[in-house]
Amino acid sequence: MFLRKIATVVAITTLTSSAWAGCGIAEGRVSIVGNEFPAIQTIGAGAMECAGGGVTVETNLTADHQKINLPGMTGNPAEFTSAIVANSSIVALMNNDVIRPLNDLVAKHGQGLQKSQLVTIDGNIMGIAFMANAQHLTYRSDVLKDLGIAVPTTYEEMLAAAEKIANYNLMQYPLGGAYASGWNLAEEFVNMYIGHGGEFFKPGTAEIAVNNQHGVDALNMMKALSAYMNPDFLTHDSNATSAEWKAGNVALMNMWGSRIGALRGDEVDAAVVAATATAGPMTVGGGTTPASTLWWDGFTVAKNISDADAEATFMALMHAIRPDMLNETTSPQAVWLIDGYEPTPAAAGVFAAAAMGTKPYPMLPYAGLMHSAAGAELVDFMQGKETAEEALAGLEAAYTTAATEKGYL
Amino acid sequence: MKHKTFFWFFLPTALAMFLFIALPLTSIVSQSLHTPHDAVLIVVESCDPFGCKSETTIDHQASQQIKKDKPQGKWVGFQIYTDRNHLAFKEVGELWENKTNFIDFFSSLKNLPFYRAMGFTLTYTAVVTPLVILFGFIIALAVNSLHRHLKGFMVFFSLLPMIVTPLIGSLILFWMIDARGIIGSGLQELFADPMLSLKASTNLTWITLIVYGVWHSAPFAFIVFYAGLQTVPQETIEAAMIDGATRFQQTIHVIVPHLSPLVAFVALIQLMDNFRVFEPIVGFSASAHATSLSWIIWNDIGQEIRLLSSAATTSVLTIIGVVILLMPVLIRTWREFNPEK
Repeated sequence: MFLRKIATVVAITTLTSSAWAGCGIAEGRVSIVGNEFPAIQTIGAGAMECAGGGVTVETNLTADHQKINLPGMTGNPAEFTSAIVANSSIVALMNNDVIRPLNDLVAKHGQGLQKSQLVTIDGNIMGIAFMANAQHLTYRSDVLKDLGIAVPTTYEEMLAAAEKIANYNLMQYPLGGAYASGWNLAEEFVNMYIGHGGEFFKPGTAEIAVNNQHGVDALNMMKALSAYMNPDFLTHDSNATSAEWKAGNVALMNMWGSRIGALRGDEVDAAVVAATATAGPMTVGGGTTPASTLWWDGFTVAKNISDADAEATFMALMHAIRPDMLNETTSPQAVWLIDGYEPTPAAAGVFAAAAMGTKPYPMLPYAGLMHSAAGAELVDFMQGKETAEEALAGLEAAYTTAATEKGYL
Repeated sequence: MKHKTFFWFFLPTALAMFLFIALPLTSIVSQSLHTPHDAVLIVVESCDPFGCKSETTIDHQASQQIKKDKPQGKWVGFQIYTDRNHLAFKEVGELWENKTNFIDFFSSLKNLPFYRAMGFTLTYTAVVTPLVILFGFIIALAVNSLHRHLKGFMVFFSLLPMIVTPLIGSLILFWMIDARGIIGSGLQELFADPMLSLKASTNLTWITLIVYGVWHSAPFAFIVFYAGLQTVPQETIEAAMIDGATRFQQTIHVIVPHLSPLVAFVALIQLMDNFRVFEPIVGFSASAHATSLSWIIWNDIGQEIRLLSSAATTSVLTIIGVVILLMPVLIRTWREFNPEK
């Protein structure tokens, strides 16, 4: 995860011209930290347009944003006036009380927003969502057509398809999967466990409950899939998996909607580009809930900054997500929640995910601890060194220890 | 040196040591004995683009006063040290009682993160340190016997692995040993095994990391020994030659004893460095197969979960580990400098 992309873009613009007419900010400091993929870069660039006069705008977009956003917002005044987060990472900021309610700013400047964009906790608007994301099936239409395989709707069908492709010696390892130990592997477990109908915690408590039949079934399915993956799958994150796809080595994979656009990049073989197709997320084990999670990405505003800086930050980001930012380049970058967005072909998978009733990733204060424990404890099972029950018991023990330390248990 | 002169001479160092070593040490020890206060959780209505539902969150108003009264957190003594993610006294005790034999006991220890990390860290340290000394010595001898016009170039060339930033060096090798990389596919050809993957098996990953460790650190030993070789007394060498000693005998009986204090120095630094092995694990994405104490610290604080007490505890355990590891070398050095005692 750490090495997904070590690319930090820090750009400070201090134009001497008067305030940008389109943003209407008098003065203030705007400093945005966020993840680094095309859609977020578009948002960052949009906010940068507001720089000028008494307004300074700075963006720090990096794959390591989760490591720096909390430390950078804890101080007073906070270094970052805004963090672009997702439904998992907003929790860390709320847990530490470093972001402010936006109710007054929304009332003052948020006319263009739709109600569904407001991330509201107990009546307080804590974030403004601007895009949705989900993992879903990506497949090579040419390969499936050649072998007469129907587009899989379940993981069982995906396995059967993989076996057929491998038997015909079309591809050595027909499946792709971001199974890198750590965050990615845990994310796949979360998907598969939800798909089997599991609940992560005992209702209303922080007590973990994954060592059950759902957990065992989820792990066994992951193991079965991994047999058709490149043997190095425990080192493959979304980037490496995308690279395998671009090289034409893989026919089926569960991939993030926000990465589909890049799979059709200029450097990729035209035949692969033409045959890259998407469908909704798959179900598993006869369940009806897709084995995937819904995500939103949105922005927050720091608590420990002056009201003037907070207002400038909010206005700059509102400028970045204004409806007329949508054009031929930006529209395919994401499933925008912005008013006036017309879905593009790249968005089909995420829309299908939403239509199928995919569950959102849990926004619980202790979900991150479970995710982190899973990333470390499930690797022995994936390598065949442990039984599923042993791995799940390890996951529960590691989580319980960490949650006790954090004061959740 | 007069006491006063010594005092002023040493003051900046002492000040820096106090600021950058003693204070942080006190801080991590204190942090490792405290945990965050119990979180006050409430269930509230939470809405996002996917709808509204009841969700658990932290009640900040309720927890604010407790935090204000005790900003250090909750005193827990050695609870973090003994919990499952660190020394795991209870779990180790259970494993010991339920063991069928010792091999069984040690292999089940690997399920506990601390012992899993120690298993790799100690193996890595024990293998890499002597190999670095050996290769460093051989390279130093080889470079030293070159023609003087070639020496400068070769010294620079031999130092290259150390000049490359560890993270970058390991990343480059990571892609080269990929099943589709030049070394990876080369090895597949060599062993006629198209399924061979250095990244998929634990043993091969360990070997890769160890080879990388030797490759990266040997130049350090080399440059120290090379400097030492310039001070070897020529008279002794000539005397040995007159006595009919072969090149090999000269090396063993004259050069090696002359360099032995340097060996202690290199061993000291290398033990310390290798025990803190970190970058290659990240660079090679090897955490599924190999972890170290440093990697655990990074994993605890590097993510959004921020287990600060846990990271502080692992840091203290690392320091204790380094001290234990260096004990023999330190005692030896002490004796060398105080022979009469």
